[in-house]
Amino acid sequence: MSRELTMLQAIQEALDLKLADDERVVLLGEDIGVNGGVFRATDGLLAKYGEKRVIDTPLAESGIIGTAIGMALNGMVPVAEIQFLAFIFPGLEQLLSHAARMRHRTRGQFGVPMVIRTPYGAGIRGPELHSESVEAFFAHTPGLKVVVPSSPYDAKGLLISAIEDPDPVVFLEPTRIYRAFREEVPGGLYRVPLGQAKVVREGEDLSIFAWGSMLRTALRAAEQIEQERGWRCEVIDLRTLYPLDRETIITSVQKTGRALVVHEAHKTAGLGAEIISLINDEALLYLRAPVKRIAGFDVPVPMFSVEDDYLPTEARIRQGIEETILF
Amino acid sequence: MLTENDRAQLWMQMKAHSDRLFEEIQVLKPDGEVTGPVDDISPDVMREMYRWMVLVRAFDRKCVILQRQGRIGTYAPFEGQEAAQVGSALALAPEDWMFPTYRDHAAAMVHGQPLATVVLYWMGRMEGCVCPPGKHILPPCVPIATHLLHAAGAAWAAKWRGEPMVAIAYFGDGATSEGDFHEALNFAGVFQLPVIFLCQNNGYAISVPFSRQSASRTIAQRAVAYDIPGVRVDGNDVFAVYRAVRQARERAAAGLGPTLIEAVTFRYGAHTTADDPTRYRDQQRLSDEWRTQRDPVTRLRLYLERHDLWDARQEEAWQAEVASRVDAAVQEAMAAGPADPLAMFDHVYADEPWHLAEQRRELATARGGAHA
Repeated sequence: MSRELTMLQAIQEALDLKLADDERVVLLGEDIGVNGGVFRATDGLLAKYGEKRVIDTPLAESGIIGTAIGMALNGMVPVAEIQFLAFIFPGLEQLLSHAARMRHRTRGQFGVPMVIRTPYGAGIRGPELHSESVEAFFAHTPGLKVVVPSSPYDAKGLLISAIEDPDPVVFLEPTRIYRAFREEVPGGLYRVPLGQAKVVREGEDLSIFAWGSMLRTALRAAEQIEQERGWRCEVIDLRTLYPLDRETIITSVQKTGRALVVHEAHKTAGLGAEIISLINDEALLYLRAPVKRIAGFDVPVPMFSVEDDYLPTEARIRQGIEETILF
Repeated sequence: MLTENDRAQLWMQMKAHSDRLFEEIQVLKPDGEVTGPVDDISPDVMREMYRWMVLVRAFDRKCVILQRQGRIGTYAPFEGQEAAQVGSALALAPEDWMFPTYRDHAAAMVHGQPLATVVLYWMGRMEGCVCPPGKHILPPCVPIATHLLHAAGAAWAAKWRGEPMVAIAYFGDGATSEGDFHEALNFAGVFQLPVIFLCQNNGYAISVPFSRQSASRTIAQRAVAYDIPGVRVDGNDVFAVYRAVRQARERAAAGLGPTLIEAVTFRYGAHTTADDPTRYRDQQRLSDEWRTQRDPVTRLRLYLERHDLWDARQEEAWQAEVASRVDAAVQEAMAAGPADPLAMFDHVYADEPWHLAEQRRELATARGGAHA
């Protein structure tokens, strides 16, 4: 059975299916039960699975992530929701100092199979500190996996894979495209493997790497530039930010000889730098131009009245493509 | 040596004492009668309390309408909590430091934040974070409970320099679950800091009722663990709140350390305009009950009228004044002109580093050089 779902519906369905499929799976977080989550990602799940499986917690992110670690140590598979990415900071010590390191420091004796889901990113006229994009913090932490879906189909398949993964996964959900579009999503359990990027648009002239809500912005820029100038850009959705899919990135750059990274996170020390470094290591001699980053500016994500100027736009991406191809 | 049995008995006694010690203090009853003399609150202050409460309620309702019209962004209404915010803010000295959350703009306005600035904040404008020169009103704290430590630190600095000012932090019941709440109370206790922790316990952290937030029966009793005073008041009783905060302020200023105040109240509306309270509580019934049986504004008006401190003519004049002040504030905010995107590069640092200067030029050029 296949229907058209939004990303939010696809995520809800993945949670529903895993709750049904594996009794070790529990959801916990603020307002996820009776309220169904502030974005409704857990809508209806409390009624269906009860309070032991879908848990409204006290308002404490360190508490949520810390107890999830304990549950995971002792045989459960917690899927924690942090209401917005910028609210995760009280829980960072638990995540970085404990979840990420447990397998390593117990020499494989204890693992922490858990998922931290959290809405992230700008573009929805959110209040202050509701629009951050700090994926690089997590990708800088050995022991964590970092996943960002950009479509309903991938969101469901990636979340199922994340829940089934033996290690802690930070699962970042781009709020801007939660309800922005629908696509066909199969009804049952299926997996999109972690660690694999996807070529969403083929091209020969330049490789664009993007994720989250920026993927669609990059795709539109690629379509416009083909109409205007005839250049065919390959667009790659990285899907997993850590560990990166080196092979797909390098294969594409070897083919096109040019690359551009687009992310809404701040430019400095963002994932773009890491991707460029990878290209430098593996495909330098294929390059015909320096690799550019089109990124959020290095300012605190501004309040919503000017967030559209903070975020990379199609115009900025097109300009980056032109400068790279005409280099 | 106590036996196991002795301990069990003492524990039961302690719970009983705790119930009495943290009983909700009420001065002004919902019917407008008082539970005892209120000579310590002057008629002028009482009228000021009333004027502010009417003003901030009108402001709050206006903002909800503005959000519905798409003229401001997501908004956090406070209607129902006016007594807790107005009463506490009026008990402060002008130079005191205020650390509010996103639902405490009534307190901020009483303490000197212009109404138009508050509107700008909810329009997603950075100008909305700035308080008038000389005032000590911090921008609304968006993360939960983090600013309690800032209040403790500001109080610490005042104490260190021997300045008479105190600091007050506003927060909700949900905040008491965060680690920072406990760290703040602990620091304030250890260093005997001149800080007031004012919790508006409105019963719900978005959808989560207090019973799910904590197994402790009151928030005030948390003070016991840190050996600091804890007080529980009817948060819809402006006299009780005012007195509790005034007393806490006097203690703080006299070097006697922090106080935790729990003001029991209720938000009539949604957590924010993006929230639907009918999903998690019997919204109509609860809201009606609190409005008709415990409203903070109504009870003060009843008291004032009964004591010839307020009449219909004054009411009419004040309502007209309130409407024009709120409209003027909204007009002033809306007239601010389009937000300047380049302002996002201002004040990231005191001195702009090279990469920000470069990115500022990049955005200016992309926008057609209008600001270059």
